[in-house]
Amino acid sequence: MFKFLTKKLVVIYFSALNLLTAEVYAETTKEVIADKFKIETFNFGELITEEEIAPYDITIFPSGKNLPTGQGSVKQGRQLYGTQCAMCHGDSGIEGPAARLAGSDGWFAFNDPLRILRIDKYPILLISVGSLWPQATSILDYIRRAMPHYAPKSLTNNESYALTAYILNLNNLIDDDAVLDQNNILLVSMPAKERNFISPILEGM
Amino acid sequence: MKTAKPTQAALGGLLNRRSFLLSGLSLTSAISLPTFANSNTGTEKLADDLPIWMKTPGVNDIGYGLPVKYEEHIKRTLAATTPETSLFSIWHSPLQNQRGMITPSGLHFSVNHNGIPDIDPTKHQLIIHGLVDKPLKFDMESLMRYPIVSNIHFLECAGNTAPNAVSLTALDQNCQELFGQVSGSEWSGIPLKYLLKEAGIKPSAKWVIAEGADGGSHSRSIPLDKLLDDAIIALYQNGERIRPSQGYPMRLFVPGWEGNANVKWLHRLEVTDKPAFTKDESGLYSDILADGKIERFSFHMDVKSVITHPSGQQVLPDKKGFYEISGLAWSGYGKIKHVEVSADGGKTWAKAHLEQPALSKSLTRFTIPWQWNGHSSTLLSRATDEYGRIQPTRDVWRDKYASYSFNHYNAIQAWQISSDGRVENTYV
Repeated sequence: MFKFLTKKLVVIYFSALNLLTAEVYAETTKEVIADKFKIETFNFGELITEEEIAPYDITIFPSGKNLPTGQGSVKQGRQLYGTQCAMCHGDSGIEGPAARLAGSDGWFAFNDPLRILRIDKYPILLISVGSLWPQATSILDYIRRAMPHYAPKSLTNNESYALTAYILNLNNLIDDDAVLDQNNILLVSMPAKERNFISPILEGM
Repeated sequence: MKTAKPTQAALGGLLNRRSFLLSGLSLTSAISLPTFANSNTGTEKLADDLPIWMKTPGVNDIGYGLPVKYEEHIKRTLAATTPETSLFSIWHSPLQNQRGMITPSGLHFSVNHNGIPDIDPTKHQLIIHGLVDKPLKFDMESLMRYPIVSNIHFLECAGNTAPNAVSLTALDQNCQELFGQVSGSEWSGIPLKYLLKEAGIKPSAKWVIAEGADGGSHSRSIPLDKLLDDAIIALYQNGERIRPSQGYPMRLFVPGWEGNANVKWLHRLEVTDKPAFTKDESGLYSDILADGKIERFSFHMDVKSVITHPSGQQVLPDKKGFYEISGLAWSGYGKIKHVEVSADGGKTWAKAHLEQPALSKSLTRFTIPWQWNGHSSTLLSRATDEYGRIQPTRDVWRDKYASYSFNHYNAIQAWQISSDGRVENTYV
């Protein structure tokens, strides 16, 4: 019974793949069949056009790839922050309860042995965007795709630039009168970048 | 009955399992047989002395079975450290109430950064694009035609056991609070290599940005080599379609790697030459070393173990006597080779029995018999995997990281048992 079923399965595979002339072994497994007859692709996927991909293709890379056209000032960002963000991130971006936006690793020095005692309610807030994130493009990317929490993807590109500018300003990385756009965002130097390294375990992968 | 005494495997009452099983160590002092009164009045009914469920018909079964009402208190719990005003929630699995190596799907731990979306599977598509010859889309119907592989694997959040990583004093927490962000399941799905090869990977490709279709579009950069190795598009968990909190209709499953990289509600794979430094790989899922350097993409969950029976905040029912110590061990690199247990705070160790099968990147159940002498004791477990990776002490682990870095904590866990039988989290 088992052998019969296996044989049947094999026939189904080969029918699907137009490989009916192939030699069939009842006891072979799917993996063995795929390897033996060099089946590398099953071709059940359908070609997708660039137009269809475009609305989903939102990842902004540190190289600047996929940066949307737009601009926003620190001042505009401060105003938006007050109405759209402060209720979760706190008035100055450090109070929480949502992730901390500003401060040295979230306010206290990274090597302060008593840091963990300084915030007992939400220890996760001990790290911050300003101290830990190595790329300014990531801030824009995340605000644009996920914020505000209750209405993700509802901000305009200009608003996303303005909020990114305000967070950078909270971390003293750009001036109070700065206007951020798709060109100068690539010039922002995040302090975490120098401390960054990719896990050595991935070497050779 | 054999009368050989069980032999000692280590100090503190740990017994040699084989000798224990052969010894026939009696757990009850005597067995008394029931006596039957011989009355001949003829009016007795079998129902007279039996419990109600033996003399009434049962109810019918239902379409999808549920746990018994008497076990309803065994539930996942929401981590107290999660900000309550946010949709970021962490649900811990009750490891102390489970046996074996499989976590029931409804008790599997769950971490959601932007809530759980309600995705219509008939409208959901998986897209593969970027550095490929042919950008492709797949609907559920076409995906269901691919060969499906099934494997048993653990899944662990990078932040599991974080309180013991960062708290200066051992908090009085139970096994669920401290270790409940690990679970084990059989995951069934499509080897990702089939889909990537079908799209045709360009030579410059090195990374793949995996993205979910949730409100926050959760996104992680994954090395291409891992996806061509043992990653699957998981469609089933423990034999049924994966549940909403595990990523219905599909999730990426990268065996042995931190939970956050196993992108739920998967809808897009962008093949690239460089990582994107998404929100989670820029912040929360980084490891800060003692010198302030920040390690990125430390995906592997290292070798780890915990004794689940007995564990934190339990009270041993008898002052002393026989207990079976039982726990879980796992490694994101491969198989568990052995687990050692100590009942005297680490002075002496004995090898525990590993329940079979002990699979690669899977929860492995260990047990060891223990004759508790009723004195204050400290129970430890220390796992070693097939590559010789061994759990460090807490001090060694903490020396490597900044004082507040809490991810990938895998130090040896200690449970203090006081003479009144209470079990408490402790540091050794």
